[in-house]
Amino acid sequence: MDLKKVDSILEKHGYRHSEVIGIMQDLQEIENYLPQEMLRYVSGKLELNLTRIFDIATFYKCFSLVPRGRHIIRVCCGTACHLGGAARNLEQVKRLLNVEEGETTEDLTFSLETVNCLGACALAPVTVVGKDYYDAVHPGKIEKILSKYYPESKRLPDAQD
Amino acid sequence: MKVAIIIDGQMVQIDRGAPIIDAARKAGIFIPTLCYHEALKAYGSCRLCMVEVIQNKQSRLVTSCNFPVEGGMEVFTDTPRVRKIRRVIVELLLARCPDVPLIQTLARQMGIDFSRFKKKEEKQCILCGLCVRFCEEVVGVGAIGLANRGTEREVATPFRVASDVCIGCGSCTYICPTGCIEMVPDEETPKLRRMNLGKLSLSPCPNNYQCETCSIEQEFFEDIKRVIADFRNRHKKPSF
Repeated sequence: MDLKKVDSILEKHGYRHSEVIGIMQDLQEIENYLPQEMLRYVSGKLELNLTRIFDIATFYKCFSLVPRGRHIIRVCCGTACHLGGAARNLEQVKRLLNVEEGETTEDLTFSLETVNCLGACALAPVTVVGKDYYDAVHPGKIEKILSKYYPESKRLPDAQD
Repeated sequence: MKVAIIIDGQMVQIDRGAPIIDAARKAGIFIPTLCYHEALKAYGSCRLCMVEVIQNKQSRLVTSCNFPVEGGMEVFTDTPRVRKIRRVIVELLLARCPDVPLIQTLARQMGIDFSRFKKKEEKQCILCGLCVRFCEEVVGVGAIGLANRGTEREVATPFRVASDVCIGCGSCTYICPTGCIEMVPDEETPKLRRMNLGKLSLSPCPNNYQCETCSIEQEFFEDIKRVIADFRNRHKKPSF
């Protein structure tokens, strides 16, 4: 755990209890999840009960207490995307990465999530990888999209043609 | 600053900003509650203390435990609207925890025999948050908290591991209205106590320590009334 980074985040928010969600969002940026020791350390520094922090961490869907991949795949399953075939896209992602929803690949590259709407219905069906939006996704496109996020040497065997 | 409000036709003088429930208790009007406790900050989670407030000629339903009193307010604690909403809440509670004596008593008092809602799994916790708030506000420890959301919401220790700050005072066991926090001796270290957030073991007062509606208390009052009436009859001055 990088204590300096954690301290600088706390400093940035002025150790205010009212900004605890913002603090936790920034903390999650460091390792893509909230490690237990980090939350214990923050609880001590902020003088805020750990129960309160745990409550927030489990309440909001955007926080994760288990390690997540470097890239989070969000497959939109909202109304417009569903009609556009989001279910088939989701199946394809699951098949390629061999993970279920809410799970992370063994090499910690991807985490798979579904969302109910991204507010980009005109681009349906949408899939987001990290911060990149992909519009009009169909199952054939997914392999290509995902291969961009693998380091050159570790490409999926299917995508190397 | 004192203000005057009208509760069920009674005029009550009370500090501005005090919760409605305080005014009601002052007027001797009973409002059922589950999550309210004098020693703790109002929380407003059980929704059982709903009352109808008329302010500026507009009527609305509010929770009396945390709604501040203002001058010129008119409060009704037993209108059809209030009764209907309380009934639904008690039915929902009855569907969630049908075996808890407190909920059964509450339902019986309101004349509810069965719940129209589907019973899922039998739970004992009603998520009133009394244990959590007591631990934080009165004991000052904060060993247990609420976690998750929606139907998954539950009382839990941080990271769901045995708490390292719990002092084993037993406050949560005592304050829990449904008795779902058990206090068990620790097997490894026999002198320490351990809180077990699990099965029912203790049976607290089935009426949530609300003496106003308790049958034992009512009998006691009837007795006293009878004694006073007897006394008056015996010492009645002969009428001329």
